[in-house]
Amino acid sequence: MNETPAIELRGINKSFGPVHANKDIDLVVKKGSIHGIIGENGAGKSTLMSILYGFYHADDGDILVNGKKVTIADSKAAIGMGIGMVHQHFMLVDNFSVLENIVLGAEDSAMLAGGLDRARIELKRLEEEYELRVDPDALIQDLPVGLQQRVEILKALYRSAEVLILDEPTGVLTPPEADHLFKILEVLKNEGKTILLITHKLREIMAATDSVSVMRRGEMVATRETRNTSMEELAELMVGRSVLLRVDKKPAVAAEPVMQVENLSVTDQRGVQVVKDVSFSVRAGEIVGIAGVSGNGQSELLETLAGIRRATGGTLRINGETIDLGTSTLDAADMRAKSMGHVPEDRHRMGLINSFAEYENSILGYHRDPAYSSGLLMNIAAIKENAVAEIEKYDIRPPNPMLKTASFSGGNQQKIVLAREIERDPDVLLVGQPTRGVDIGAIEFIHSRLVELRDAGKGILLVSVELDEIRALADRILVMFDGRIVGERGANADEGELGLLMAGVEDQAKMSVEGSAR
Amino acid sequence: MSAGQLPRWVDYGLIPFVNLAAAFLVSGLVVVLIGENPLEAVRILIWGSLGYGEGIGFTLFYATNFIFTGLAVAVAFHAGLFNIGGEGQAYIGGLGVTFACLALDHIVPWYVTLPFAIIGSALMGAAWAFIPAWLQATRGSHVVITTIMFNFIASSLMVYLLNSALKKPGSMQPETRTFEAGGRLPFLNDVFPSFGFGYAPVNLSLFVALAACVLIWLLIWRTKLGFEIRSFGANATAAVYAGISPVRTIVITMLISGGLAGMMAINEIMGSQHRLLIDFVAGYGFVGIAVALMGRAHPVGIVLAAILFGMLYQGGAELSFEMPNITRDMIIVIQGLVILFAGALEHMFRPAITALFMPSQAHAAEEA
Ligand SMILES: Nc1ncnc2c1ncn2[C@@H]1O[C@H](COP(=O)(O)OP(=O)(O)OP(=O)(O)O)[C@@H](O)[C@H]1O
Ligand SMILES: [Mg+2]
Repeated sequence: MNETPAIELRGINKSFGPVHANKDIDLVVKKGSIHGIIGENGAGKSTLMSILYGFYHADDGDILVNGKKVTIADSKAAIGMGIGMVHQHFMLVDNFSVLENIVLGAEDSAMLAGGLDRARIELKRLEEEYELRVDPDALIQDLPVGLQQRVEILKALYRSAEVLILDEPTGVLTPPEADHLFKILEVLKNEGKTILLITHKLREIMAATDSVSVMRRGEMVATRETRNTSMEELAELMVGRSVLLRVDKKPAVAAEPVMQVENLSVTDQRGVQVVKDVSFSVRAGEIVGIAGVSGNGQSELLETLAGIRRATGGTLRINGETIDLGTSTLDAADMRAKSMGHVPEDRHRMGLINSFAEYENSILGYHRDPAYSSGLLMNIAAIKENAVAEIEKYDIRPPNPMLKTASFSGGNQQKIVLAREIERDPDVLLVGQPTRGVDIGAIEFIHSRLVELRDAGKGILLVSVELDEIRALADRILVMFDGRIVGERGANADEGELGLLMAGVEDQAKMSVEGSAR
Repeated sequence: MSAGQLPRWVDYGLIPFVNLAAAFLVSGLVVVLIGENPLEAVRILIWGSLGYGEGIGFTLFYATNFIFTGLAVAVAFHAGLFNIGGEGQAYIGGLGVTFACLALDHIVPWYVTLPFAIIGSALMGAAWAFIPAWLQATRGSHVVITTIMFNFIASSLMVYLLNSALKKPGSMQPETRTFEAGGRLPFLNDVFPSFGFGYAPVNLSLFVALAACVLIWLLIWRTKLGFEIRSFGANATAAVYAGISPVRTIVITMLISGGLAGMMAINEIMGSQHRLLIDFVAGYGFVGIAVALMGRAHPVGIVLAAILFGMLYQGGAELSFEMPNITRDMIIVIQGLVILFAGALEHMFRPAITALFMPSQAHAAEEA
């Protein structure tokens, strides 16, 4: 019981300008355990881990590795102490092979060849020991995200990491990939490695960790043995109040269709048909959810409807007006003018301009609205006023419209996008992955805003790879597989059945439905 | 990420100053190596450029050129475009000024000609930027390559025109006839005799340049078009998401950029030379890139950087006159060092200075 902990942090403090991101943090991580860290967006989880990995320096406080006090000057020093990190955004060279990426930065001589051969042998050993199989000669750009992540883990193990930090590792993974990751973590743990896992998903904490620490607004508020706690308790500790883990909504009172899509087909830049003859409609006052494993055409469908991508054929009827998508030249601005809002799946790449101040992003796409201009010039005062109102209403933290968007934490950035799109009161709202990387308090808030918008008689098309989210929000569920809509189910569809449809096992699912429908 | 949190005076004052100091330190070493006294050299350089009225006049004259070409590069920067074609656009812009002046100089006074010269130079400069812009926007041909190629085309075209249609009849020189009073901007020495600008060619186009600075500031930070230009430059994918047309943004930005470069010709042709002649652009278009870099693509920064380069041009000329060991080439080396430290190595001192200022700022904020 009195074993020295693998990692111990004592009184860690870290400020970014006026933001006190870590306040007197104490943390003890037992050797050979999986230790979860949870907390709201901006609670300071990533900052704390970056300090441990030598990315940032603590303003004060001590770090103990295996009971010895250390200073970690940079990530090289951290690696030297056996600490490895898998970042949320992978740090791999796309056009290098797996092997080259693993060796990169750890070459032990100027000549690559000998090192590569030795690395290949070592990699083989690691693969066998931990059941982490990847083709060492594959190029990173050809690998799916799940495998890329595996390369990151191998990279850390190759550098003989004893402690592995994973920052929101499942945010980008499909459910089966995530399951596989947790199996790997289990193997690593059994081999005596220590794992620090940051995640927003309480289910993962309950399923995978031995103990869990909760952060709130820069402070460490509690540490629990996982088996002695519950999702409800953790949620409450995180947010500081009790959280509804399910959406509270009345049945939809759907009216006339506000958006009808017919025979939509889309071909991507490689010439592959990614959306195949899709037809569906969204009625006023309902949320239609599109379920599916990512990469089955949902993203392209959403982008095409938003006017960002061109279709090869199909029609869109919105608010009674019919548009031939095969020939239309309408862009995103034109679609917004038809009262269609769009929360894109990837807020960093598409939804926000990171170098802009918050208030500038609060009108991105709506900057031509006369409300924000006076004469030839933009009305900065009006824009800021609107931004401040949105910040207040959506509890965006820190509440500073002048702050660069990049300085907001992930969940708060998401709120900036949602506030912008929802507050324009669109008749149709396209929403992609609204709660990716968002903490549960914010999820509750975002979900209730979407339901409110629905109840105000608007139509919402929701794309999410989180089946739980679809099931919680949608009034009707469409399942996409391989570019096609392979099934439609009601709000209380069976999870297993949806899973089968998502995996493309159409017939069995159909049979079981037909069986139950009769 | 943390750069935005630095105090403005550090970001826009201290860091450029440290960069500049480093450039001069290295230049000083070079001066020592060739056996001259570096302090004396600095004294001559500063005296020559700021020490007396005529020197100041020359400095401001060069600065006027740099403001136009620096603004041109800066506007394109904001859209993420690298307009290397200022040289050619300014050269062709000279045609616009010349047409206005040749047509009007003997009928109307200069202040009637000036608006036509401004419009003419901007239109011609913009026209010269149009084809590269169009190719970039619709075909993805890189604007860096195409604008460089258009510099060469401009050069050949002007040699041809100045040896044929535009040449003064009966003259051997490849240049137009000299403009009458209606095609000449007043020298500042005539407008403000008390400053004693002497024979320095600084003229009223300095005020055109300053007005352009104000208008460009308004355009970039206060108009919808500027918002679109900056959005596109910072994140093109997000710009498309926002309904901003890449083709339109690229073309309009390059037209504005080319127009500004073209306007440089007002200073040289209508303000100083009073005739169109071969190679009057003389590298000002290229130095505009350094001016824009050093001025952080902001009009105020550009004015300051333009004055600095004006000083280097004017003070450098004095220096090579006073210290024969320091040749014109040496001056170019010094200019190169300034460009290197202020532009390319801009990030060399930044991390250290940031580390120095962030903690103290954190404390100040906490106490407040
Ligand atoms: N480089 C930085 N400069 C300024 N502020 C920062 C920086 N990095 C983080 N912050 C701020 O510090 C706080 C903690 O951020 P951190 O990224 O650690 O949060 P997090 O718990 O990982 O959140 P999320 O779950 O959204 O990823 C936030 O308020 C954030 O805005
Ligand atoms: Mg984080």
